[in-house]
Amino acid sequence: MNETISFKLNDKPVSLTTDGERKLLWVLRSDLGLTGTKYGCGKALCGACTVMVNNRAVRSCIVPVRSIKGKNVLTIEGLAKNGKLHPIQEAFVKHDALQCGFCTPGMILNAYSLLLRNPQPTRREIIEGMEYNLCRCGAHIRIIRAIESAAQEMKGAR
Amino acid sequence: MNEDEFRVSEYDCNTDLYPLSRREFLQSISSGIIIFFAVGEASTAKGQSRGKKRPDFNAYLRIGEDGRVACFTGKVELGQGAMTSLAQTLADELDVPLESVDMVMGDTALCPYDAGTWGSQTTPRFGPVLRAAGAEARAVLVGLAAVRLKVPKDRLDVKDGVVFDKTQKRRKVTYAQLAKGKRIERRLEQKPQVKAVSELNIIGKPHNRIDALEHVTGKARFTGDIRVAGMVYAKVLRPPAHGAKLKSLDTSAVDKIEGAQVVRDGDLIAVLHKNPDVAEKALTKIKAEYDVPEARFDDKSVFDYFVDNAGDGKVTQKGGNLESGQKLAKEVVEETYLNGYVSHATIETHSALAQFEGNNLTVWASTQTPFRLPQQIAGELGIPAENIRVIAPFVGGGFGGKIYNGQAVQAAKLAKIAKRPVQLVWTRADEFFYDAFRPAAVVKIKSGFTNSGKIVLWDYSIYGMGSRGAQLFYDVPHHRTTVSRKLRNGDGMHLFATGAWRAPDNSTNSFARESHIDIMAVKAKMDPLEFRLNNVTDERMRRVLKAGADRFGWTPAKKAPSGRGFGIACGSDINVPVVLFAEVKVDERTGKVQVKRVVCAQDLGLVINPEGVSLQVEGGVTMGLGYALTEEVHFKGGRILDLSFGTYKLPRFSWAPQVETVLIKADDSDAKGCGEPPIICVGGVIANAVYDATGARLFQIPMTPERVRQALASRAQHEVLTT
Repeated sequence: MNETISFKLNDKPVSLTTDGERKLLWVLRSDLGLTGTKYGCGKALCGACTVMVNNRAVRSCIVPVRSIKGKNVLTIEGLAKNGKLHPIQEAFVKHDALQCGFCTPGMILNAYSLLLRNPQPTRREIIEGMEYNLCRCGAHIRIIRAIESAAQEMKGAR
Repeated sequence: MNEDEFRVSEYDCNTDLYPLSRREFLQSISSGIIIFFAVGEASTAKGQSRGKKRPDFNAYLRIGEDGRVACFTGKVELGQGAMTSLAQTLADELDVPLESVDMVMGDTALCPYDAGTWGSQTTPRFGPVLRAAGAEARAVLVGLAAVRLKVPKDRLDVKDGVVFDKTQKRRKVTYAQLAKGKRIERRLEQKPQVKAVSELNIIGKPHNRIDALEHVTGKARFTGDIRVAGMVYAKVLRPPAHGAKLKSLDTSAVDKIEGAQVVRDGDLIAVLHKNPDVAEKALTKIKAEYDVPEARFDDKSVFDYFVDNAGDGKVTQKGGNLESGQKLAKEVVEETYLNGYVSHATIETHSALAQFEGNNLTVWASTQTPFRLPQQIAGELGIPAENIRVIAPFVGGGFGGKIYNGQAVQAAKLAKIAKRPVQLVWTRADEFFYDAFRPAAVVKIKSGFTNSGKIVLWDYSIYGMGSRGAQLFYDVPHHRTTVSRKLRNGDGMHLFATGAWRAPDNSTNSFARESHIDIMAVKAKMDPLEFRLNNVTDERMRRVLKAGADRFGWTPAKKAPSGRGFGIACGSDINVPVVLFAEVKVDERTGKVQVKRVVCAQDLGLVINPEGVSLQVEGGVTMGLGYALTEEVHFKGGRILDLSFGTYKLPRFSWAPQVETVLIKADDSDAKGCGEPPIICVGGVIANAVYDATGARLFQIPMTPERVRQALASRAQHEVLTT
């Protein structure tokens, strides 16, 4: 059933009328035109669709859009501020922490959520935090390195 | 010599050979220097052109008035880093900063023909063509500068796109200035030499991915991210099994969903909607019944089925005679090796967007073969191929899976019927179902060796796949390789599509061969490295074996298994000798294998981008852990049982080993591709390391915890002293 749903998207208020059962992923990609969030499996098994809702990583492919009313949604498009890359984005570039790049937005936002909760994670904690995001190309080693390096960079400046 | 000579077009190729849009594009460029390079002119370009009848330009670059260099190539960026390495290749020969090169890739209207981005061919085949084109373009520009500066050509040099007088550096002109206000098309009759290795500045230096910024900001456009006015999204009805026949169809429930449209073209049944999720939901309302053929075999019985029902094989390689080999052998070893089907499982599922404008069709597609697609669509839709433009944006992984273009043909059919642009993105379940898997296969090996540990007999039989990677690099006097890919009645063996999967056949052949070599080494009471060196005279292979062993810190063990968990496996793919050394830990209670460290040594000849090579090695090894440890497609007849990542297990972060890349310095030999070689020995090296850790020998991959536990339970309770 259609309803009006308002929330903050990348710091800007948005409002749309749609079926509240629809999943956030598709609303972002087709209704709001933000295609940086990717479809990989539709079952919360790969993490390509990861976005942040109220500073916590969620799998947008299973999140009903109704449930984000009044909340803050951050997608990959909103991470760089005033043309300046976020330290995690910088670290992914610096360490070549990607190959095809399709899983990258989800990886970065999942890492961001991880670092917000645990600013100085051990390598093991990074691995545990990233374990359920899939990368087929095998960029894992670089992604771990990039998150370690971003954590250093973000020290004290959350 | 005067400048006017250069204004005259010396370009004499027949532009009728191009699709209309490409001709228009060429004509629409009003200024800048355009360098054409016909592929027939470079012997290195073999296999990249359409053959003599259709001379085509395999590199096409334009130097703009702003000094930027556009490089048009039919290759596609799949994550393998071709965009970066090709830009490096061109920038170096042209003497321009890497940052000034813009890569335009995989667009059939703008780019020269290319057979496809596969087989690690971009670097060895296309790279030399691009280098030659860059050198030719540089020579043209130096010629123009000589006229402009009134200085003989041999007194001129180029740095960062500025041509200058070597004796008086203030006399200079930029490429941008040379291009200004002119439309110059040039080819040279006298081909300049490419740079000597010692003159290279950008080739051979590590460089980060030039497309990384687009990816980390979400700006990179994949096919599913393309939007055009009036488009709708399609979801296709997937049959329950391969070979199933539709019995009845009731789509009436879909009509109740506002905006949903059912489209049918024979077996292709789809729902269209302006929202992809609504289309997917509407699809579930369709009631369809199918006749499903009885299952002849499943993922467990497939191997026996192949061997029991195989027709006569073809001998693909032989030498000496097997009887003599058998007589010479002190000991004969016979074993059988099994490997299941695996999926490409790229995170981007197959996607396409088809848009008709009048009689012209534009298709955006996640494809490794954009130039093949117009022919495929033309055949299916009855429209001329030259009216079809294909654009391959960033592709989210390929590995050989995106050369078939099924989704793009479907999208084109749907767009034609619906008379609207249609975007089709396969669901994950579609992706597993329609994927052309790496084939399941059986390898039987009968071999023998002498008292001095020389292999004298090698009878190698393959069932279900081809012989890539089975070519012997060990020196064996009496050998034969037989390939059986058909059943006795002449039918193919497989129940669903199989195809190229990152180094087709080679991972299975290398697993079998290298496991078998290790078994012989143990029986011969020799160290596995020593046993290999004792049977290989090929110098390139010997060098990688030694270089890899050095880096790994390989030392002969006093007994086998040593308990250290060290493994070695070597192989060859697309003329690249490669060796992996690995250290594993086996949890004997659970059967879980953890790979701790992998050293990969290769001889790649001239290396274009060492950073890109490291990425490919890490990627190949990590991806290889999947086929080695968990990945196999479960099925029953034509029914695919794995349709999600819930049951089909890809490698994860916790698996990632330390990976070290070793490259043999061989700058004077041709550049070679490395997308595939690092993956071929992952199965073999882990099997050998698991044996070394535990004494359990695995004859089937993937080495799932269950199979490891079985092998542990049945291992021989003895050790072999190797002193």
